[in-house]
Amino acid sequence: MAIEVRIPTILRTYTDGAKQVEGAGSTLDELFDDLDQRHGGLRARLVDEKGLRRFVNVYLNDEDVRFLSGLETPVKDGDTVTVLPAVAGGDR
Amino acid sequence: MLTISRELHDKIVAHARADHPDEACGVIAGPAGSDRPERFIAMANAERSPTFYRFDSAEQFRVWRDMDDNDEEPIVIYHSHTATDAYPSRTDISYASEPQAHYVLVSTRDGNETEFRSYRIEEGKVTEEPVSVVE
Repeated sequence: MAIEVRIPTILRTYTDGAKQVEGAGSTLDELFDDLDQRHGGLRARLVDEKGLRRFVNVYLNDEDVRFLSGLETPVKDGDTVTVLPAVAGGDR
Repeated sequence: MLTISRELHDKIVAHARADHPDEACGVIAGPAGSDRPERFIAMANAERSPTFYRFDSAEQFRVWRDMDDNDEEPIVIYHSHTATDAYPSRTDISYASEPQAHYVLVSTRDGNETEFRSYRIEEGKVTEEPVSVVE
């Protein structure tokens, strides 16, 4: 078993077009490190020095991890992590 | 070019008018790869603001999952500007991340006329496109 990670269209350039990849780790942070080993550059699109980038939403199963523990959210085999582009904007 | 039915066009305008002076936002889904907007989904603006919009993340999760289950994708992503023209702002451009989508902007700053324009936004580059409303 592994953790299943769903990748949005815009980031599939890092996964050779794959919609779904697998990874391992005990926290989201470790999972993203693990993914970056095989999908170089992916982590930097999800995380910056301040934590999760505001341009992405990351969900553990169906919960936004911002309402859990962010990058420190525990993950385990059998979980599904979904990445979606945040849809936002404004007139400034 | 964006080709959209009169009915869907009018739904976007009605949503923008109803939420004025706050920004309204939503999606029109269609079969993946078809470029045909078909299923109208008004989204909540989690910011409830006249100058900013953001899809509610929980609602977006459900809507995106439904699209995935139906082999759909977001064909149109729309939002309104309520005090400025219907042109993507710097913030709009920085967030735009669906290169296959038509980004529709409507402006409700004039009480009678609603500006309705469409753009492609790819890697920070904005290209306006014609809109064909079909009856």
